[in-house]
Amino acid sequence: MSTSPVVEVHHLRKLYGDRPAAPPETSRPGAGTREGPGVHDVSFTVAEGEIFGILGPNGAGKTTTVELVAGMRTADGGTVRVLGNDPQAHPEAVREALGVQLQESQLHAKITVAEALRLFASFYPAPADTEELLHVLDLADQRDTRFDHLSGGQKQRLSIALALVGNPKVAILDELTTGLDPAARRATWDFVERVRDRGVTILLVTHFMDEAERLCDRLVVIDGGRVVAEGTPAELVDTGERTVRLRVADRDHDRALALLVRLADTDDHVFTVTDVRTDQGRAEIEVLGSRRVLFSVVPALAAADLVPDDVRTVPRTLEDVFVDLTGRTYEEVGS
Amino acid sequence: MTASTTTASTRTAPSRAPRVVGLRGFPTLLAVEARVWLREVGTVFFALAFPTVLLVGVGFAIPGMRDVLPAEAFGPEWEGRRMLDAYVPAVLAVAVATPALTTMPVGFATFRERGVLRRLSTTPMRPQGIVLAHLVINLAATVVATLLALAVAIPLLGVVAPANVAVVLLGFLLAVVAMYAIGTLVAARAPRAGTASAIGSLVYFPMMFFAGLWTPGPIMPDTVERVAQLTPLGAAAQMMGAGWQGEPFPALQLVVLLLWTAVCLPLGVRLFRWT
Repeated sequence: MSTSPVVEVHHLRKLYGDRPAAPPETSRPGAGTREGPGVHDVSFTVAEGEIFGILGPNGAGKTTTVELVAGMRTADGGTVRVLGNDPQAHPEAVREALGVQLQESQLHAKITVAEALRLFASFYPAPADTEELLHVLDLADQRDTRFDHLSGGQKQRLSIALALVGNPKVAILDELTTGLDPAARRATWDFVERVRDRGVTILLVTHFMDEAERLCDRLVVIDGGRVVAEGTPAELVDTGERTVRLRVADRDHDRALALLVRLADTDDHVFTVTDVRTDQGRAEIEVLGSRRVLFSVVPALAAADLVPDDVRTVPRTLEDVFVDLTGRTYEEVGS
Repeated sequence: MTASTTTASTRTAPSRAPRVVGLRGFPTLLAVEARVWLREVGTVFFALAFPTVLLVGVGFAIPGMRDVLPAEAFGPEWEGRRMLDAYVPAVLAVAVATPALTTMPVGFATFRERGVLRRLSTTPMRPQGIVLAHLVINLAATVVATLLALAVAIPLLGVVAPANVAVVLLGFLLAVVAMYAIGTLVAARAPRAGTASAIGSLVYFPMMFFAGLWTPGPIMPDTVERVAQLTPLGAAAQMMGAGWQGEPFPALQLVVLLLWTAVCLPLGVRLFRWT
C-alpha cells in the first residue's frame, strides 16, 4: 500500500456569510454560487484503500466539504489535494480518477438505465464493465427502464453505478443509503466494502452513526463546519472510560448508592455515581470511571455483602461521542 | 482509446490534449441525447412537423390562400402570386424559432433543474459538450423541419421556387444564428423548465406575429411591418420573403439580424449558468 495520502485537506474554508441563501437571480455567475452550509475549518487525510467517513448531522457542512474536494465549488481558504492534484485549481486533473455520487442529482426523465451507464462509461479512458455493474448493483432487470420509472432505491443504485463506471481510484459517496430500506442498506454496505476490496479509496459522507461505525476505517465528525473528532470508530468510542450499570434488590438500593457515593469521594480513581432509572422504571446505579472502575466497585459491594442482581458495562456509541463533544443530542441537530 | 493512439495524439498535439479529453465520448453523448430527445412526443411534433402542418393547414383550410392576388390591390410585385407564397417565409421563420426559443431553452432549464449539468461537471465530459450536442440536435431539427415544409409546399401546394435562392439562404442562416442567440439568452438563467417555457413563449408568440404568421406579407399593416422589420423574426421573414419575391436586397433586415445576434449571443454566453 502506498504511503502517500490519496486525499489531503488542510484548513478548508467556504463561507456563505450570514445572509440567507440568495435567490439564484441575484447571485453572481460562476462556480460556487449554490448556497450550502458553510465550512469553517476542516482538515483530514485519507490513505489509499480506506473507507473514510465524514460524519455529522444535517447542515454540518459535509456535502460542501466533498464538493470542494471534487472541485465543484471554489474554496475561500485552505488546500485540497486528490492523488497529488489540486482540484481547486485544476478540477479536470482529478475527474478521471474521482467518481462522485451526489445527493439530489437526477438524470433525464426518459433515459434508460443501460443508456445512462453506456453514456457515462464513454467519458472515461478505461471504463468498468457496465454489464457487471448492472448485475452487481442488482439493476439488470431495469436495464431498459426509464429513469423516472425507477424506485428510489434503484435510482440510488444507478447513481452509485455511475460514480463507479469510470473505474475511479477514489469515490465520493454522499448519503448513499438515504431512502433505502434496511435490507437494501445492508446490501449497499456489503457492496461498498467489495468496491474498497477492489482498491478504490472511498470518501463516505453520512449522517447515520450506524453506517459510519459499520463501514468506516477512520472518520472525522463534523459539526458547524468544523472537525470535532477524528479517528477510527473504536478510538472515538474508547475514551478510556467505562460506564458500569448495576442493579441490586430494591430494598438494598439506597444503601448501595450511599456506599458507592462515599467510595467515589475517597477513591483514588475518580469516578462518578448516578442514580438512574431504566426505561421500565427500575432503579439502577450508573458508575462512570476509568477502565478499572469495575475493580473498585465490586470489592466494595462484596465487603458490604451487597450482591447485585445485574452488572453490565454499557458500550459507548458514536452517538455518545457526539453528545460529549457538542453537548447536544444528535437528534436536536439533525433535520 | 488504445495506448498507441494516446501516444500518437500526445506526440502530434500535446497542447490540445485536455480539450480532446474533455469531449471524449461526445459521439455517444450526441447519440444518446438525440434518442432521448426523440422520446418527447410534443417536442418532436412542434420542432419537426409543426411548420409543415401549419403550411398545409393554412393552405387548404383558409379560403383564398391559394387564389391569385389582385395586382391592383397589392401592387405590381404581387402580380400572379398567391397569399400562400407570402406565407412560406413566415413558416420557415417559425421552423427556425420553435426549436431555438422553446425546445432548446426548456431542455437546458430541465438539465439545470434536475442537476444533470452538475452531475456531468464531475465527469471528464465538460458541460459544454452537452450544450454542443443540443445545438447540433436542434439545428438538425431545424433543417429537417424546413426541408419537410419545403418538400410539401413546393410540389403539393405549388409554391414557386425562390427568385433569389442566395438571399433566402442567407436570411435563413442569419435567422438561425439570431434565434439561437436569443434562445441561449432565454436558457441562460431559467432555473426551472416551467420558467424557461414561460419566458420562451413570451418571446416566441410576439415574434411569430411580427413574422407575419397571422398577417402574411401583403396584408400586414404598414405600421406593423415597420415595427416587424426591427424584430429578429420579422426581419428574418422579410429577408427571406424579399429573396423569394426577387425584391431589392433587404439590407436593413440583414443589419437588424446581425445586431440582434451581436447583442444577444455574448450576453447569453456570459450569463449562462450550469447550476
